[in-house]
Amino acid sequence: MNYSLISLEIAVVILGLGLLLADLWIRPEQKTRLGYLAALGVGLILFWSFKFSGVPSASAFNGMFVLDPLALYFQRFFLLAAIIVLIMSVAFAGRIATGISEYYSLIIFALAGMMFAASANDLALLFVALELITVTFYVLTSFQRARLASLEAGVKYLIIGALSSAFLVYGIALVFGTTGQLNFNRIAAVASEFADNRVFLLGILFILVGLSFKLAAFPAHLWAPDVYQGSPVPTTAFLAVGSKAAGFVLLLRLLFTAVPAITERWNDLLIVVAMVTILYGNLCAIPQRNLKRIFGYSSIANAGYLLMGVAALSGAGRAAVLYYLGGYLFAVLAAFLVILLVMNEVEGEDISALAGLNQRSPLLAAALTCSMVSLAGIPPLAGFFGKFLLIKAALEQGAIDPLYYWLVGVAFLGVIISISYYFGVIRAIYWSKEPPVLSAIPVPLILRLALYVCLAGMFYLGLFPNTVVELANAAVKVLAVR
Amino acid sequence: MLTYLIFLPLLTAVILCFVPRNYAFLMRLASLAATGVTMLLALAVFLRFDSAPLGPSSAYKFEQQLNWIRSLGISYHVGVDGVNVGLVLMGAIVAFAATCCAWEIRNREKEFYILLLIMTGGILCAFASLDLFLFYFAHELALVPTFIMIGVWGRGVDKNLATFQITLYLSIGALVALAGLIALYLRAGAQSFDLVTLTQYAAVHPMAVRDQNFIFPLLLVGFGILISLWPFHTWAPLGYGSAPTPTAMLHAGVLKKFGLYGLIRIALPLLPHAAQAWAGTIAWLCLGNIVYCGFVAMRQRDLNWLIGYSSVAHMGFIFLGIASLNIIGVTGAVLVMIAHGFLAALTFGLAGYLQHTTGTSDMDKMGGLLRRLPFLGGALLLALFAGCGLPGFANFAGEVTVFFGAWKQFPLITVLAVWAALVIGAVYMLRAIRSLLHGPVPERCAQTVEDSWPLRKLPYVLLLVPLLVFGVYPRLLTDKIWPGAETVLASVHPSEQPSPMPAVTPKSTPIHRAEAKP
Repeated sequence: MNYSLISLEIAVVILGLGLLLADLWIRPEQKTRLGYLAALGVGLILFWSFKFSGVPSASAFNGMFVLDPLALYFQRFFLLAAIIVLIMSVAFAGRIATGISEYYSLIIFALAGMMFAASANDLALLFVALELITVTFYVLTSFQRARLASLEAGVKYLIIGALSSAFLVYGIALVFGTTGQLNFNRIAAVASEFADNRVFLLGILFILVGLSFKLAAFPAHLWAPDVYQGSPVPTTAFLAVGSKAAGFVLLLRLLFTAVPAITERWNDLLIVVAMVTILYGNLCAIPQRNLKRIFGYSSIANAGYLLMGVAALSGAGRAAVLYYLGGYLFAVLAAFLVILLVMNEVEGEDISALAGLNQRSPLLAAALTCSMVSLAGIPPLAGFFGKFLLIKAALEQGAIDPLYYWLVGVAFLGVIISISYYFGVIRAIYWSKEPPVLSAIPVPLILRLALYVCLAGMFYLGLFPNTVVELANAAVKVLAVR
Repeated sequence: MLTYLIFLPLLTAVILCFVPRNYAFLMRLASLAATGVTMLLALAVFLRFDSAPLGPSSAYKFEQQLNWIRSLGISYHVGVDGVNVGLVLMGAIVAFAATCCAWEIRNREKEFYILLLIMTGGILCAFASLDLFLFYFAHELALVPTFIMIGVWGRGVDKNLATFQITLYLSIGALVALAGLIALYLRAGAQSFDLVTLTQYAAVHPMAVRDQNFIFPLLLVGFGILISLWPFHTWAPLGYGSAPTPTAMLHAGVLKKFGLYGLIRIALPLLPHAAQAWAGTIAWLCLGNIVYCGFVAMRQRDLNWLIGYSSVAHMGFIFLGIASLNIIGVTGAVLVMIAHGFLAALTFGLAGYLQHTTGTSDMDKMGGLLRRLPFLGGALLLALFAGCGLPGFANFAGEVTVFFGAWKQFPLITVLAVWAALVIGAVYMLRAIRSLLHGPVPERCAQTVEDSWPLRKLPYVLLLVPLLVFGVYPRLLTDKIWPGAETVLASVHPSEQPSPMPAVTPKSTPIHRAEAKP
């Protein structure tokens, strides 16, 4: 067996353990800086991951673990997200009373879970990876122990997370009980025999419900706004980007590797779930005033758009999901970087805290505006091209099933609704009543760099999508069962 | 050459991002230089158009194609033919004039000029593009600055409502049009967004009539919202009334023509059957613009609203020209598009100036301005005359060509439209002239004096000159538009090639030649 296949994951786990150990010997006032070390380590791993670029797909652990272009795409995605989240955590360290190095290492462990999820080709590894992510996030969400909201977020996440884990494990048990298989490829080989077995179908349905918790999609979406609002900002950012993407890579592998025939039969279900998720997220976001809560709802809405690409049941749709996630990463991380810096200066997370931001720091104002514009899906930023690909993929299928036209209609409706609340944020930045205090907001150099990276990413993906589109197309080829 | 013309404003915008905001004068100078050079380039393209060789697609000139997103068949493809060469020229002149008029912006100049330059680049790119994706992309690039400019630098008490309304309304329009464009791409089956490829492919494999009838309404409604086709026009007057002057000039003058250009360039050649099926509906809807919005304009007491409604009303003529689906009508439509671009920019520029100097846009509170402001009053007089379609201005040439084109298909509608144009248009324009320019000078205008600086007058001169030149000698445009219109309509009337109307005199002598002279 080739252990070099999981060398990235091993490196991440060692990094996390190393951080925990280093905590023992480092003086307390130096501990904050440990985050930079962690970010550097993750950066090196990201750099190292490019060594695997041309390597053909291979599997390890009896087919449980695969390293293919799809896994690599997501692993790089998670590593990049983790670097920025770690940098954010350093800036956030002042707000965490004790145990900042545990906070860093928990982020690294969540990252390890996500990396395993990217490669999971087996229900057991799927469950383990998901639990690794979820359990670390239980702690990460409630890390500000003195803050009631943070604890509340932790409890809510725990309850709904445990419930969906129960669904997941029950589903896995049902599938294993009927087919006797856990591996996706072997399930695919026998799935036709069980196509009408209700217990098997119920098992798949339960697994999907469990996964929808990670995606923040209907029916397990209710936790998102509360948890996003209560958690520490870096946690929220990682939850919004990493955890969601992990859910999507697992969903893609499960639906298109293990049970492609059932997925095709259930496309109406996927469409309806996507429509409900889009509408719920966008409609509920309209009256919100808390910035992080807006992102909670927007995250639900975005899960809906992404599900559109899954529901399209085509290579174009799956590639669109990958591309959209890339644009989403930069937009959301840029927004949370800004929120983090503004919250350091102003108490409260109300949208009115942004008043006069364009005078306090033009860079932050511009970055948050670009992020909103990208999320709203307006050219020339990444979000536009992502939505363009998703909608194109769904329209393509319209000839087969007219329900896709409804899906596209709902997506357009969602985009229009979302413009109103995303522009509400921009309006708060540029032309709301200015507060009495207009002190400049200092932006440390490394955070400024992170912001520039996010901005560059949004513009690059929006203006020159070719490279990433081809990368995404290559990545989803491994799922091409049709 | 077109690429320089498009990217000069965009690159200047990027450079300005890195100039400190204290150098407001430098910003203004750089913007003026960029748009000025762009205008000269556009003029050069226009003048050299006839002698220029055809590009690789053998239909367009000054062509350039670069791969952009290869896996989807999207490329950066620009080029001009007779239909858009005039529009590019018009857009570039209006952009320069709008930049000249931007002196009234006194806060956050940096952002304003950056947005103005992005808008200019986007507009020119949209009109020059030969790729559906680039076409939409560039339009959105120009559209979004409009929203921000209205929101930040807007005038009047209703600017927040106006921003909100115009943003939602135009976003809906743009999205519906986008759905139409994607559906067109998918149904055409050419696996390409390239207009040339699509047209060639459609000539061999025509799209199913059912698909056409499904896509055309999407494009019509989407573009119709962007153009303010009745009954989707309600955003226009409030939006223009609240927009800062340069934005109103650029949007009403140039950007709004995007939808019309899209209908002519994309919908007619690629969806010929649906175009024929829908022509009657468009013709009736355009009466809503011409007659209904004309009546509404008569009731306005606010100068900006009056111009806003009259600009909506003028869109009706262009629709009528498109709906006639013959070469004369379409040529006239393009001519009106160009003429109205100059006219709308001119009137909005002058109205902005008046509002700035007198502090009001209420026509009842102004009067006798011709005595106080001889040059600007004279320019406004000419502009309003052009607005009622007085011979000698390019508007007359265009409108009369549209009527000739539409007469055969829609005699009743044409009669109504002619009446509306002559009577309703004259009523509101002449009333505006009376209350603005003549009569006693009210207290607040008594101290108004004309700016002696010639640069302030330059934009108005620049906009008036083409109106008069193309009005007196429309062949400068029609000779270029005619072959372009012929290609556009080639698939609509495949059997009646080359000319759809046998009664028409040969193309070397357009029939409006004599009428156009005053």
